[in-house]
Parts: sequence; C-alpha cells; structure tokens
Amino acid sequence: MILLTVDWALVLEKTIFIAFIITVSLVVALYMTFGERKVAAWIQDRVGPNRAGPFGLLQPLADGVKMFFKEEIIPTSSNKILFILGPSLAMLTAMLTSAVIPWGDKVELFGRTISLQIADVNIGILYVFGIVSLGVYGIMIGAWASNNKFSLMGGLRAASQIISYELAMGLSLIALLMITGSLSLGEMVKQQQEGLWNVIVQPLGFFIFLVCAFAECNRTPFDLAEAENELIGGYHSEYSSLKLGFYLFAEYINMFISSAIMATLYFGGYDILPFYDESAWGFSANIMALLGAAALFFKILVFIFIFMWVRWTIPRFRYDQLMNLGWKGLIPLALFNMLLTAAVILFLKK
Amino acid sequence: MQLTNRAKQVDRKPLTIAEKIYLPAVLKGMGITFSHIFKKKVTIQYPEQTRPFSPVFRGLHILNRDEEGRENCTACGLCAVACPAEAITMDAAERLPGEEHLYREEKYAAKYEINMLRCIFCGLCEEACPKDAIYLTETFAPANYSRKSFVYGKDNLVIPHPKENPEAFAKAKGLIDERKAKANQQTA
Repeated sequence: MILLTVDWALVLEKTIFIAFIITVSLVVALYMTFGERKVAAWIQDRVGPNRAGPFGLLQPLADGVKMFFKEEIIPTSSNKILFILGPSLAMLTAMLTSAVIPWGDKVELFGRTISLQIADVNIGILYVFGIVSLGVYGIMIGAWASNNKFSLMGGLRAASQIISYELAMGLSLIALLMITGSLSLGEMVKQQQEGLWNVIVQPLGFFIFLVCAFAECNRTPFDLAEAENELIGGYHSEYSSLKLGFYLFAEYINMFISSAIMATLYFGGYDILPFYDESAWGFSANIMALLGAAALFFKILVFIFIFMWVRWTIPRFRYDQLMNLGWKGLIPLALFNMLLTAAVILFLKK
Repeated sequence: MQLTNRAKQVDRKPLTIAEKIYLPAVLKGMGITFSHIFKKKVTIQYPEQTRPFSPVFRGLHILNRDEEGRENCTACGLCAVACPAEAITMDAAERLPGEEHLYREEKYAAKYEINMLRCIFCGLCEEACPKDAIYLTETFAPANYSRKSFVYGKDNLVIPHPKENPEAFAKAKGLIDERKAKANQQTA
C-alpha cells in the first residue's frame, strides 16, 4: 500500500524554517520595543532603560513578564468572541506575510538544497498585499468589540487610513512591476543581484512606498489610530495583559515585515553590495547565503531605525490632512510615477 | 488702533510648493533629531550620582548638641505647638545631679518622637525652637514597610556625640548618609 507520497524531508525542513522565522520575528519585535525606547531616549538627550541587565538588555524580558502577569480584563458588555478574535487576527496577518520574503540564497545541508524562502509563490507581492488588506480587520474587530465610543473612533480612523494608503502603495508597485516583469519576490531579488537595485531605477516609487508603509504600520506621523494624547489607547484602550501585548507586538512585527519588504523590493534583498558581483569572492554557497541574510538583516535594521527616527521628529497628521495626502497627494503622484516609468521604458526600447 | 509699538506682522502668504509637500522641513527636522543622538545626555544615574541640595533644604530632623556634647533640647514644647501637622510629641524629665554632662539645662526631653508620616517638612519647628535644638538637614526620609518604623524616637534624631564619636558627628553635620544606614538597620 502506498501512503501519501509526501516528501517528508521537505515538510520537516519547511516546518523548522517556519518555526525559526516566527521565533526570529517575535524576538526582533521584542527587542524593537527596547530599541524604540533607547532610540527615543537618545534623540531626546537622555539615556534609555539601562537598569535591567547589562545596558538594559533584559528590559524586554521584564516588560514581557509584567504584561503576562497583569490581570486579563474582558469588559462584560463587550462581544467576547470578537474581543479575543481581534488581536489574534492582527497577529496572524502580521506573521503570514513573512512567508514569501526571501531571507537568503540557497543553502546546502545534508545533501539537499534548501532555499531560504518559505514559499516562492509566483504572485509573491500580491499575496503580501492581500494579507495586509486583511490586517485592517484585526483593528476594526478590536475597536468594535470593545463597546466603547473612543475605541470605535480610533478603529474607524485606522481602517480608513489603511485602505486609503493601500491604493498608493499598489500603484507604486505597478510601476515596479513594469520594470521587473514578475510578481515573485525571489525573482525580483535575483534581478537586483544581476542588475541595479530598484531604488535607483524607481526613486519616486520608493518614496511613495515608504510613506505608505508608515501609514500601513500606524506609525507617526500617521498614528492617529492610537493617538495616545487624543484617544487614550484608540482601538486598544480596553485591552490588557496579553491581548494588548498581541496588538502592540503585531504592530512591531508589521514594522519588521514592512522593512523586510522594502529592503527586498527596492534595496536588493539579500544582495550584499550594489554594483558588485559577490560570487567573485569565492566563498562556499552556505557562507554566501549567510552573508546575504546578514546583509538583509542589516538593511531591515536601518529601516527600523528610520521608522523610529521619524516617529520622534514629526508631529502627527490631522485626520483630514491625512486623507488629503493619501487621496489627493500620493495617488496622483503614484499615477505620475507609473506614466513616467512607462514612458521611459518605451523610450529605451526604441 | 495700535495698542503697542511692538506688534509683529504675521506672515500669511500661502504655502510655497516646497513648503506644501512638507518634505524639506521634514528632512531638516530629521537632521536635527539625528544630531541630538550625539549630544551630551542630561540623565543623572541615581543612586550612583545624586544632585546636590541647597543648604536651606528642609529634610530629616536632627536634635543638636553643643560643643561639649550636652543635648540642647529642653522639652519646652514650642516645636510641638508650632507644628501644623501635630507630628511632634515629647515627655519632659528633670536632670538629676549626676547628669550635668548630658543635658544643658535642668529640664530635658526623656522621650521625643516625630512621626515622619505626619511631618510636612515645613521647618516651623526649626524656626520656633529657642535653643537651636532642632534642625532640618539635607537628606530624605528613607522608604519603609511598616507605619510604626516611621515614628522616629530620640535615638534616631539626636546627633552623635562630638567628643565620643567625632567622625560620625562631623559626617552628621554635612550630608547624612549614615542616617539612612541606621534607619535601614532599625527595620532590618
């Protein structure tokens, strides 16, 4: 009798890799909370947390333990199922997007070639967009289930903000698609390895994508969904303990994944140096893959720093200014970018 | 009608293109914040470093002795009357013939207690005392777990003897660190 002819080695390898990526995402999100406080402090002429552990490195552990031991409050007038579903959805969509990012080149272990990308679907970037669109559900459900006017206001603002800026993001990606000809992220990185990094070919597109990434992650200057001064907590004011932890973590993981996607799409992904052919160095494939992954990580860290840097520089947008910028500012700009790219491609083909 | 001659004309011109896209201003702001990363930090690492207090700071109380080591306090009760929070209580006693080196005058305070939880550190007792006996130093009341340990008795309040304990006396005349250690010992 033939059992399912499943390649068990592949399943095992993918499972281990998924577990590894999830762990890395969570640890990076954990230390991003610490990094945020440190970066905020250094920009504000003070020293961040430096008491828990050497240089305060165990501070996220202390924060996690504190959050874990707080009392779980579920308001009695809230919708219990939706109340618990909200943060779970937020975390789910945050994690799902990490499946298509190419974390590195191929690695050869135990006689098998393992590619450091969980799923190299040929609609890579479209999948990311689909999941990001689902992310707004997490916020809306949380806002509605809290049975609280202010949470609802915060959730409405967040939802409208996210869907407005998704459009401009998609439009800037169309211009990129015209150049690369493929939606698959692995394919895009390979093209950037051989040619130019996409940021040089599409600087305006990158800028639009960056601004939209800020809006998608609910980061200042677009953070009126959780404007602490105005709405107390916005959509997460009724949450406590681990559910709140999930919301905050989901935001940081979103930041991490957005940085990874920006690095992959525009800055060459795991390509180490821009105009150079790295295989000329002659290292083995494993070492090259590791170096590539390290380079990608470094780019992600730079982007995360930029996220935090902008947060502590710019004041928040008002809601109508934000809508104006999204619909009347960025969408025309993205369309113009698309037309310009098309014109240049036609001109160069002649 | 002009009310002052220092009026400044507000610039109400519409925004230029460069100002409308906010981008040059944002980049300039980001440059400023980035430069602040490399500036000197203003944080003081307490408790390794502390900020100095001024000499008139009203902190913990102390009962003074004179240069020969005799207690100044005569239990006249003016500080207890002056205290707005009614934190001071005392019992007077008469000086016996063999105790002239301990107390200055015939009346002294056998029991002198200040409830630190009631005290508001206003310094009125220091102003009211005719014998320069009570004085407010430049240190905080250390934290504690029980209310009873905040009622400081004479052993906690009287300054160390200048002849028998000169270094402790000298230390107590300045910033009193050993009072913290003593109070901690009391409760440990």
